[in-house]
Amino acid sequence: MLRSFAVLSLIGILCLPCQALALERLRLATTTSTENSGLLDLLLPPFEAAQDCHVDVIAVGTGKALKLGETGDVDVVLVHARAQEEAFVAAGFGVARSDVMYNDFVVLGPATDPAGLRGDADVTTVFARIAASTADFISRGDESGTHFRERQLWREAGVTPEGSWYLEAGRGMGEVLVMANERMAYTLCDRGTYLAFKDKLELEVILSGDRRLFNAYGVIPVNPAQQPHVNYLLAKAFCDYLVSAPARALISGFRKSGEQLFFVAQ
Amino acid sequence: MQYLFDSVAAALNLILTFDPEVLSTVGVSVYTSVCSLLLASLLGVPAGMLLGTSYFRGRRLVVTLLNTLMALPTVVVGLLLFGLFSRQGPLGSWGLLFTPWVMIVGQTVLATPIVANYTLVAVAGADPRILPTALTLGASPLQSQLRLLREIRFGVMAAVIAAFGRVIAEVGVAMMLGGNIRGYTRTMTTAIALETSKGEFAFGLALGLVLMTVALMVNVFLNVLQQK
Repeated sequence: MLRSFAVLSLIGILCLPCQALALERLRLATTTSTENSGLLDLLLPPFEAAQDCHVDVIAVGTGKALKLGETGDVDVVLVHARAQEEAFVAAGFGVARSDVMYNDFVVLGPATDPAGLRGDADVTTVFARIAASTADFISRGDESGTHFRERQLWREAGVTPEGSWYLEAGRGMGEVLVMANERMAYTLCDRGTYLAFKDKLELEVILSGDRRLFNAYGVIPVNPAQQPHVNYLLAKAFCDYLVSAPARALISGFRKSGEQLFFVAQ
Repeated sequence: MQYLFDSVAAALNLILTFDPEVLSTVGVSVYTSVCSLLLASLLGVPAGMLLGTSYFRGRRLVVTLLNTLMALPTVVVGLLLFGLFSRQGPLGSWGLLFTPWVMIVGQTVLATPIVANYTLVAVAGADPRILPTALTLGASPLQSQLRLLREIRFGVMAAVIAAFGRVIAEVGVAMMLGGNIRGYTRTMTTAIALETSKGEFAFGLALGLVLMTVALMVNVFLNVLQQK
């Protein structure tokens, strides 16, 4: 028994991740859409090489990412919910918000389009008509950037979404797409995730292009005055990098199944 | 069916090509599990033996509580420790959140009740004359406990194997406390959750098969130790 313990302890010590301890680490809380699309795999390595650091990506919903910034558990946040981001900076949790890039949301629905929405270009009337129809709508229900936007659209449509047709999944975008696909329901989705899932789904784009579906990503360093332990210098360098010409070129050049996913802010 | 074939093919490919990313997640999984098992054994085995060999008022209550702790949901452990290790929490200044170390703490919390319970059951099943005999023959209390430990070593090994099953397969603690950071805190289970959320179902299942292969190898290793 004791000998087995000695053997196991030795193994434990031998595989100590030494190299992981040496580098400076920057903790980035971001949304699942930036990580899952593969954009960060392209954007981070040049920054890591230039700064000789390692960026720890924690991919969660926008609400949780901002919460992690507020509690000082991360150094910088890259999220997409303009109103919440401005409130975050106004409350003193973050220093200054920079526009990084944007993409857009699309309204998805079954190919049969049971509510007959196709051809309507106004997202608020489309939302009001989903509520009035018998078709189901699946909401993220997880305080993510997409969920914030969806609730804002319901407000603008003058609808309080409740009832058996409104299903709050409380899950990530991918799971919600699969759920909407299985239940032949409508849903709101960011274009990047939709493109990634396109081949596995029978859902189709019902509406896109309305300016209210515009989805801007901002980067905010956590305020060192509130959280003295955060790595502000590196966080600031990261924000500067994201708006620099080389990073903008990488973002604009990023393609998934031939389509551009993110557009840099003008 | 195609889906299952794709998964098996992808799993074989990942294993045979020693995919570096998969190797790193396997490494994190095995490392955190082994460390937490060591800690859980150091805490759980003495606790189980002590509880099994002593009699006091309220012992049944303690045993029932210990049994209940085995049902502790991983997400609850994650939430509790998150509150403890977040910068806003009492241990926030240690800066351990989103590191493998806090995952080890969480998995230790999950594994310790299992180790303690199995040890307790092994003590109850052992010959009750071992301790008094050893003491009568002049052994110190510590020596006689070690004698008992030798007698119940198979039960203790079963405890470690059961606890290994719990920690290698859990996703709540690893996800909440580790943050699923690639190459640092991403384990097999959080990688599977990530692939699922990306819609890469076949690849997720392939990672599941890799995880089972790793579990098989660890269990074979533990089995060999047990034979000695």
